[in-house]
Amino acid sequence: MTQVSMTVNGKAVSGDVEGRTLLVDFLRGGLHLTGTHVGCDTSQCGACVVHVNGIAVKSCTMFASEAAGAEVRTIEGMANKDGSLSVIQAAFQEHHGLQCGFCTPGMVMSAAALLKENPKPTEHEVRAYLEGNICRCTGYHNIVKAIMAASGQDVAAIAAE
Amino acid sequence: MPKDHGIGASSKRREDVRFLTGKGNYTADITLYGQTYAAFARSNVAHAKIKSIDTSAAEAMPGVLAVFTGADFADVGGNPAGWLIQSRNGETMKEPKRPVLAHGEVCHVGDAYAAVIAETVAQARNAVEALVVDFEELPAVVDMADAVADNSKRARTELTDNICFDWGWIEDNRAAVDAAFASAPHVTTLELVNNRLVPNAMEPRASIGVYDASTEDYKLYTTSQNPHLTRLLVAAFVMGIPEHKLNVIAPDVGGGFGSKIYHYGEEALVLAAAKRIGRPVKWVADRTESFLSDAHGRDHVTKIQLACEKDGTFLAVRTETLANVGAYLSNFSTATPTFLHGTLMAGPYKTPLVYVNVKAVFTNTAPVDAYRGAGRPEATYSLERVIDMAARELNLDPWEVRRKNLITTDMFPYTTPVALQYDTGNYQATLDKLIELSDKAGFEARAAESAKRGKMRGLGLSTWIEACGIAPSALVGALGARVGLFDAATVRVNPTGNISVMVGAHSHGQGHETVFAQVVSSMLGIPEANIDIVHGDTAKIPFGMGSYGSRSLAVCGTAMTKAVDKIIAKGKKIAAHMLEASEGDIEFADGKFSVAGTDKAKTFGEIAFSAYVPHNYPLETLEPGLEETAFYDPANFTYPAGAYSCEVEVDPDTGKVEIMAFTCADDFGNVMNPMIVNGQVHGGVAQGIGQALLENTSYDGNGQLVTASYMDYAMPRADDLPNYTVDHSCNTPCTHNPLGVKGCGEAGAIGSPPAVVNAVIDALARAGKPVKHIDMPLSPARVWAAMNA
Amino acid sequence: MYAFEIERPSTIGDAASALGHDGAQALGGGQTLIPTLKQRLAAPEKLISLTAIPEMQGVCIGDAGEVCIGGATTHATVARETAKSYPALSGLASHIGDPAVRNRGTIGGSLANNDPSACYPAAALGSGATIVTNTRKIAADDYFQGMFTTALEPGEIITEVRFPVPQKANYQKFVQPASRFALVGVFVAKYADGVRVAVTGASEDGVFRWDAAEAALSRDFSAAAIEGLTASATNLISDLHGTPAYRAHLIKVLTKRAVMAAA
Ligand SMILES: Cc1cc2nc3c(=O)[nH]c(=O)nc-3n(C[C@H](O)[C@H](O)[C@H](O)COP(=O)(O)OP(=O)(O)OC[C@H]3O[C@@H](n4cnc5c(N)ncnc54)[C@H](O)[C@@H]3O)c2cc1C
Ligand code: FES
Ligand code: FES
Repeated sequence: MTQVSMTVNGKAVSGDVEGRTLLVDFLRGGLHLTGTHVGCDTSQCGACVVHVNGIAVKSCTMFASEAAGAEVRTIEGMANKDGSLSVIQAAFQEHHGLQCGFCTPGMVMSAAALLKENPKPTEHEVRAYLEGNICRCTGYHNIVKAIMAASGQDVAAIAAE
Repeated sequence: MPKDHGIGASSKRREDVRFLTGKGNYTADITLYGQTYAAFARSNVAHAKIKSIDTSAAEAMPGVLAVFTGADFADVGGNPAGWLIQSRNGETMKEPKRPVLAHGEVCHVGDAYAAVIAETVAQARNAVEALVVDFEELPAVVDMADAVADNSKRARTELTDNICFDWGWIEDNRAAVDAAFASAPHVTTLELVNNRLVPNAMEPRASIGVYDASTEDYKLYTTSQNPHLTRLLVAAFVMGIPEHKLNVIAPDVGGGFGSKIYHYGEEALVLAAAKRIGRPVKWVADRTESFLSDAHGRDHVTKIQLACEKDGTFLAVRTETLANVGAYLSNFSTATPTFLHGTLMAGPYKTPLVYVNVKAVFTNTAPVDAYRGAGRPEATYSLERVIDMAARELNLDPWEVRRKNLITTDMFPYTTPVALQYDTGNYQATLDKLIELSDKAGFEARAAESAKRGKMRGLGLSTWIEACGIAPSALVGALGARVGLFDAATVRVNPTGNISVMVGAHSHGQGHETVFAQVVSSMLGIPEANIDIVHGDTAKIPFGMGSYGSRSLAVCGTAMTKAVDKIIAKGKKIAAHMLEASEGDIEFADGKFSVAGTDKAKTFGEIAFSAYVPHNYPLETLEPGLEETAFYDPANFTYPAGAYSCEVEVDPDTGKVEIMAFTCADDFGNVMNPMIVNGQVHGGVAQGIGQALLENTSYDGNGQLVTASYMDYAMPRADDLPNYTVDHSCNTPCTHNPLGVKGCGEAGAIGSPPAVVNAVIDALARAGKPVKHIDMPLSPARVWAAMNA
Repeated sequence: MYAFEIERPSTIGDAASALGHDGAQALGGGQTLIPTLKQRLAAPEKLISLTAIPEMQGVCIGDAGEVCIGGATTHATVARETAKSYPALSGLASHIGDPAVRNRGTIGGSLANNDPSACYPAAALGSGATIVTNTRKIAADDYFQGMFTTALEPGEIITEVRFPVPQKANYQKFVQPASRFALVGVFVAKYADGVRVAVTGASEDGVFRWDAAEAALSRDFSAAAIEGLTASATNLISDLHGTPAYRAHLIKVLTKRAVMAAA
């Protein structure tokens, strides 16, 4: 066991970890931030996506000790300061971009990373960016629509509700 | 103007806020004081006799608290099949035991034969590796055709052959069907495979068992679509725990699609283990474990024949199907290929004669059970493919062939030759709507444009029907169901006038917390925000058969409206007393009880308060309180129907199929929340496209699951899928439930696979590469091979 | 996962000596190694992380104009920083896995792993790159020795990869629909002294050069030049996603597409 310290959602945290402790396990088990999910063992589903120093990573495919000293952001840190939903979160609700909610934290984190890199993505760019985020419920239509809407683009053209 | 609240409004989902902020509460998120962890030892061979299991080294490992093997459960019951099917010869199906842990014999790769409980997950897994098991390998039965042809190899040693049942539907019609085929001007025959799928809810299964020694109460947190059924199965069939001593809680559940309907051995194990060690025991599947042990879906091999006139008028349909049930009978596994499949083989058509034969086959593979659509996608796929093929053979337009044969509106109620009675529908209307929305008229121009880019464009359709809202208990009982299929709800009006509604349906993505509140709000004139929907806890809700088969609103929602009706009726009595009027003169509208023709009125809140503070109350004739429960058993199935089209481009160089457009014209009856209904269709269509183009569950000849992770099992991603056009304007309200709803959860997965495949076949045919059929998934390699055969 | 410790040295020297011990293994971005560890297919005692070593990070242009990439540089960085200097390489890097994988996975890890379906091996072989390790320089032609097999000695670290920049190049990836690795990937690069064609995803022997196509394209760099050729299906991978014949067919289709995209 070694001590690891990092900043999570703006708060300094530290805890004991083993070498093999994954970042996701530290967040979920150590810090009780269970919004970050685990949906696979092969680093493909993206339910676990968080930001480390501002970039999206799969927290199931990074050791906690590798995040020592880093700024980590999880879904729990995505709402506005007053607790209201952020633009991206609100767009997911508005456009029904989630059903069971299991993939949702990873989707929101990936969407936030995309819009930071590319503030006005095309539909094709959104779909390509979500390569590593699997959703079994929504068929993606409304997720894509929500992300486009969150980027301030008119989504009326994207069919139906 | 779209409505902004109540029935018919696209109310935003209240559950979203917790999911979007990371506050969802899934089973894996729960940590209980003193919690320990279970890990399972799973067979790495498809079939073997367990000669011995030496647990001593594992027991001595650090952190290990207990080790269980099949022997620990030898004296308890097994996990039963929910339906007993009768074979054509009158025999009852075979039902080999399904124990909590495999005992004596492991029957598929992934079959759990031991479990270790330890302080940490890693310690439990280390100890699993220290178990010493001596397997004597037995021949594995993997391929269904082999399983049927060769009795010498058997999937279970206790069986004499691998056929679970040989079912005919309807046996009495068989001779007439055969006669029609013998004299038919045209017969089209198609052999096809309905590929095995893994449901792959994104949340893997998880369970936590808790035992309170002081009260002898058990509690099970589990990823379930129907906690009451799980309680019933664990209590009455498997463990013998008194039902009132077991509380099953299904908190937030990350998708189910069928796979979480069933009771699994892991649930019983964590309960038994919690009792033995006196601490909570948690198990969370990893993805590979899910692939190996969740109930899979589909897996039919079918020969379907369509007899018709030269003008395309259908005369008869005949099918022979081998349906894989795997090594154990999962709870609905015997109903899925029979009553959810054979009864749908008439489709939305007037076909006068239909005969279906299904042989269910045991194999050394994971159990196969209901997956989104359950039986109905298999029926629809067979039918919609053979119709397309017949149209091609007869040089007829597949769209017009369908129209010619659709049941017309003047024929309802319509009794099919496979024993269903469709209450209402308008299949021409959805077909017309599809023609409009898919811009069929503009297709040729689009095809020409694709050709310029070197791509082959095709357009395919399916017109489908399903039976939902399962189901009338008396009918399913007569057909072999061991349970009733009603549902229940309690409406509890609190003294301050807000409302808790306890429902038997379970939401794992469907948005019940929002939609059910919309319905109650509309009925009572109370703001949605003052209504809470409570589900997923057997200690809180009266009873329920859970959510599957697109039944939540049609069955449980109806129970809820009946409970609301009772609330209104009681409220009228209270109001009559308070307003000194006769009960018959009290009217209820917009949240107010008023005396007809006067301005005398009491608000709903005043009535609620009076019910709990009965100072001015008819106590001699009426109990205080305002809480009502209703159970509802439907009179019939509901029959959603619709028409779907798919437009594809095929790359002639690689065989890769791209979906250019997907259009749905659905009849779901009345729509309570259009936004949510559309979302359900999107998700279903995505799964159907996944089945048609990507997903395949493959066992090798030794029964090893080749596709046990996302490295080989292709899940549809955002860039595999199109935007969908969804319409539900052509609705005919269901005639036998008060909301007029039919259900929408499975439609997308039912109607879409044949539309996709028909579109690809169309594209190839137009490009001068006529191919009769390609089995799903239509991977680039398969399409390319078919094209170049 | 079995238990192990992690060390994060900050120099190549420290990393090399840490890797000199039995049971030690290099950890790049972990995008291959961590899933492997989860499956309990490896049991290292110690992982030596290479991602905190500044000398192994980043992209620069070498004296001979070659693009030099630090061994622990992520796919995302390569995609970004070679967009001008070597667009084909940038394009390849920007289609490895998904954004989160590209933010962690490294070129050194990819080449060390030499997955038969990985993308970088095609670029390295197709460009005639030099794999620089803590002890030597290895020509790509000598480096790849069959699937998951390379010329690396135990404990040897890829510190840098040097890519001579071609006149024209392109990478075409046909994805395996589940893993999204290459079902077949073809890297075509035209240099002054000839054309190189490297194929990944297809062969039981890992990445390889398609000699016949190289010869034809060196004479005439056009899709028509390879019209008459057929890639051999011998020793090609057969799996759920494609037969050897299909893969052989794709090799040709993708080679033509790469030539057209590069031209
Ligand atoms: C979802 C997903 C999709 C992917 N898709 C693709 C794809 O499309 N194409 C593709 O090419 N790859 C793909 N990959 C693999 C990805 O590119 C990996 O990042 C890469 O293969 C390994 O790099 P790494 O830095 O993560 O190495 P690690 O996983 O850390 O290590 C891999 C191996 O290399 C060794 N090693 C690491 N660094 C060095 C070094 N500098 N010197 C010597 N040995 C070293 C390690 O000891 C280990 O044996 C995908 C991975 C995932 C999870
Ligand atoms: S849990 Fe699936 S990618 Fe991390
Ligand atoms: S909302 Fe259920 S997996 Fe995406």
